[in-house]
Amino acid sequence: MKDMLTPYVTDDGRQIGETLMDMRNITLRFGGVEAIKDISFNIQEGEIRAIIGPNGAGKSSMLNVISGFYNPQEGEVWFRGKKRPPMKPFQVARLGIARTFQNIALFEGMSVLDNVMTGRLNHMNASMFSQALWKGRAEREETENREAVERVIDFLEIQAIRKTPVGRLPYGLKKRVELARALAAEPKLLLLDEPMAGMNVEEKEDMSRFILDVNDEFGTTIALIEHDMGVVMDLSDRVIVMDYGRKIGDGTPHEVRNNQEVIDAYLGVSHD
Amino acid sequence: MSADFLYGIEVIINGLMAGVLYALVALGFVLIFKASGIFNYAQGVMALFAALTLVGIMEGEVPFSHLINAIFGTEIHHFGWEVPALLAILLTLVVMIFFAWAVQHFVFRHLVGQEPIILFMATIGLAYFLEGIGDLMWGSDIKTLALGLPQGGSLWVEDMTSGLGGDDFYGFFIDKLDMVATVVAIVLVTGLILFAQYTKQGRAMRAVADDHQAALSVGISLNFIWVLVWSLAGLVALVAGIMWGAKSGVQFSLSLIALKALPVLMLGGFTSIPGAIVGGLIIGVGEKLFEYMIGPLVGGATENWFAYVLALIFLVFRPQGLFGEKIIERV
Repeated sequence: MKDMLTPYVTDDGRQIGETLMDMRNITLRFGGVEAIKDISFNIQEGEIRAIIGPNGAGKSSMLNVISGFYNPQEGEVWFRGKKRPPMKPFQVARLGIARTFQNIALFEGMSVLDNVMTGRLNHMNASMFSQALWKGRAEREETENREAVERVIDFLEIQAIRKTPVGRLPYGLKKRVELARALAAEPKLLLLDEPMAGMNVEEKEDMSRFILDVNDEFGTTIALIEHDMGVVMDLSDRVIVMDYGRKIGDGTPHEVRNNQEVIDAYLGVSHD
Repeated sequence: MSADFLYGIEVIINGLMAGVLYALVALGFVLIFKASGIFNYAQGVMALFAALTLVGIMEGEVPFSHLINAIFGTEIHHFGWEVPALLAILLTLVVMIFFAWAVQHFVFRHLVGQEPIILFMATIGLAYFLEGIGDLMWGSDIKTLALGLPQGGSLWVEDMTSGLGGDDFYGFFIDKLDMVATVVAIVLVTGLILFAQYTKQGRAMRAVADDHQAALSVGISLNFIWVLVWSLAGLVALVAGIMWGAKSGVQFSLSLIALKALPVLMLGGFTSIPGAIVGGLIIGVGEKLFEYMIGPLVGGATENWFAYVLALIFLVFRPQGLFGEKIIERV
């Protein structure tokens, strides 16, 4: 296994940096059920990190811990070299951690442009008063934010639907708009909860390309959950495998694929 | 033009202006309901409380004076100063914003994720609490709100229009206060719409109204937004309280105007700001016109029930209201 704490260079020549996020001995319980049992792992700058595992393994719970939707009972979350105290999701978002959801959480009544624009809310600092007067700083800020949003919209090739209300879009495009909103925040860490769930092959290929491009062009660190093993193996630099709330494997796709415990979990060996 | 026809038009104009006030109260309901799913039964009492506070501050009354006097045996009632109207309005607004914060901090923050009926019950409690506090702070006498707003029929309008209908017609009778209320309501609604469309907080407010989870994930504090919408509802309540108070005195029956807002919401839909406005206007015009045309045939006093019957008809045929979102469940 690779030394987790040092920067390394990937096979395709991308430089992976220091540890961005460090999860230490995380345990999460719902009543008597342990959804996550004493899991530690890290995410390094510039990486595409995948979390895989069968249904109910605790993958989404883990993503929810990172994004502050759940606070773990035990363990520490370290982000950018500092221990993160228990936080509300909106506070985590303000730290620069953006996310998408498994079953899409968009503002259905608003246009694509407005949706992506909400991703910029944390980049707007003008006071309520100066916004009301629509002068100086507020105006400049609005222009800057609009430019940033348009870049993201161009990048994800959704120019044609900018003015369409999100509620009218097909599923695949909604997923892309959600990614655009997360990207507009210029996050330090981007969390994708099953970005390709329910997509056809063509849509999956598009989404994979976007994820790689985002990582490549913006240098965004990405942590993602995915069911499609083929996709995960192609996309990610390192993979965590979870089963029944435990971590059973962690390493490069190649290492994980040859891990006996992982093979057992996926092929279904009885648990005793 | 015949005089009857012109009187009909006068009835419609007056109905529109009465509708503006209904719309204002309904607007307060919609703001809170959209952002938090809470049906705020206390909206009418908030209007009363705002009007009471405004009068109290303007006349330099000592809040809780009865209570203070009873405990300490003192005889204080007034500070001995009078506060100018504009400053008093601003101070009242500060009180309403504090109220918004307190409601969120002490009540609804602890009820997040509860059933709508529980939230609704909480607002009923809030209504009675606020009514009691209003009584305790400022006493229960009927007060006059002397803001210096113009009152009575507009002679100018009467003069300008008296020539229209020949000898039987003396011109439109339109209350100046209603005209002021209409202008104020238009300014307020325009301001609210601009705020929601173009400011960061407005955008966040619309986002929260649409999807809580998504709003959290882009860094919006739900708590802040809820305090904000309760403050805006407080502002709307203050404006409604001023208009109704100036018209018929600040008295505790003011809180009952909230009931008139219910049929307005049935018509307009609970989630639509334009709906609240159009609904208010329809009810205002409808009940005046109905009283004018059908009233004499059934012995009058139709204004008491017309709005509710109309709402009932809407509930049967279009339960989501004119502008509400149609609820389609995927099966």
